[in-house]
Amino acid sequence: MATEVSPKDAVELTSSSASYSPDNPAPLIEPPRARTRRTPRSTRTNFELYGWLFMRLSGVVLVVLVIGHLLIQLVLDGGVTKVGFAFVAGRWASPFWQYWDLAMLWLAMLHGGNGLRTIINDYAEQPNTRVWLKTILFTAVAFTIALGSLVIFTFDPNIR
Amino acid sequence: MSTPTLDKHSSALDAAEVTGTHLIAITLRVRRFNPEVSAEAEWVDYQIQVDPKERVLDALHKVKWEIDGSLTFRRSCAHGVCGSDAMRINGKNRLACKTLIKDVSPEKPITVEAIKGMTVLKDLVVDMDPFFQAYRDVMPFLITTGNEPTRERLQSAADRERFDDTTKCILCAACTSSCPVFWNDGQYFGPAAIVNAHRFIFDSRDEGGEQRLEILNDKDGVWRCRTTFNCTDACPRGIEVTKAIQEVKRALITRRF
Ligand code: HEM
Ligand code: SF4
Ligand code: FES
Repeated sequence: MATEVSPKDAVELTSSSASYSPDNPAPLIEPPRARTRRTPRSTRTNFELYGWLFMRLSGVVLVVLVIGHLLIQLVLDGGVTKVGFAFVAGRWASPFWQYWDLAMLWLAMLHGGNGLRTIINDYAEQPNTRVWLKTILFTAVAFTIALGSLVIFTFDPNIR
Repeated sequence: MSTPTLDKHSSALDAAEVTGTHLIAITLRVRRFNPEVSAEAEWVDYQIQVDPKERVLDALHKVKWEIDGSLTFRRSCAHGVCGSDAMRINGKNRLACKTLIKDVSPEKPITVEAIKGMTVLKDLVVDMDPFFQAYRDVMPFLITTGNEPTRERLQSAADRERFDDTTKCILCAACTSSCPVFWNDGQYFGPAAIVNAHRFIFDSRDEGGEQRLEILNDKDGVWRCRTTFNCTDACPRGIEVTKAIQEVKRALITRRF
């Protein structure tokens, strides 16, 4: 069978670093965080199982809460122009909407926070980076939930 | 082509042989890496004549045997049994020995590179140790208690059918190296380890299911799976990998609740 041999220069691996040799091999192309005999260490908890379940259950509830919220705020009854201090004050006069918003706040923050935790676990390679990013995330989630809950329950319609 | 042991060629066979050696020109674009020469990998084009009904493995052989003997790749059986030659062909994980040239758009350059997410040692050869470590970590062997029976451990056809799909794995790593979670974090067990755990978890003769479920319940186990289906698409044995992972998740949930 006839073979067309490609030009010689195409075959040779001569790149920027010609000094590498069998005695001085270049660093290998390594992927992040390869598994070894000793890692990962086992924790023996059900945390990830509950996290996984929570994402799905909270997601289902969020569909109702968020779509309802968007409809009321942005679509029904004149659209977004109606939203103002008085509109919010009117809605939070009813415990039903207070608890609706509270549930949405907690679920969305915990759901989004756990989702970002997953993403940090995916992308952060150094143990230190992971700890720091998760600390910042946890603080932000806790702060937002605390502030939001406080506002929902201590809201004063006569503040002006 | 093999020589048929017939006295006389039929006309159909003659025709088959004529078209059988119809060669086309292809460009095989291989991502080469040799740490003894350079720290960087680079794409090298090889212009060769091949029969489109041959496989990518044959094209690689042609390059290695006739153009550049330093081209390095693994293969053993050459028939889709041993799982040695999983590689990324035109961006998709496949076995080179089961991929026909005509099926990978030979009119354009055919790209061939090492599978992702594992340390490249040379050209298409990667370090499979972490992959097999994950495999070992799920204890892929029969675990039983009590005295060894004096006769075969019997199993009904229905019980055997339960895990039939996952017995087909040849440990080629096409699935694990197609998984974006694994690319970013090799601590994840990866689909292949879960498939092989599934093989024993759902075997009625095995008694180590609990232990394996416990192992896969941990932070780098099944819960890291994001159901992207890359593994199912990649598997050269047609194993429904994502389904197997979901079945392990379901077993963990029903065990708990
Ligand atoms: C509207 C209803 C929602 C549903 C049905 C839903 C459902 C889900 C589910 C099932 C997951 C898990 C995906 C997986 O494990 O593969 C997820 C992940 C996530 N969700 Fe939601 N979600 C909703 C709303 C939200 C909201 C309001 C936020 C932001 C506050 C959010 C942020 C996230 C993030 C950051 C992730 C992680 C993404 C990833 O794993 O790659 N989701 N969502
Ligand atoms: S499940 Fe399929 S793709 Fe994964 S290692 Fe086994 S044979 Fe290969
Ligand atoms: S060489 Fe054995 S599976 Fe391809």
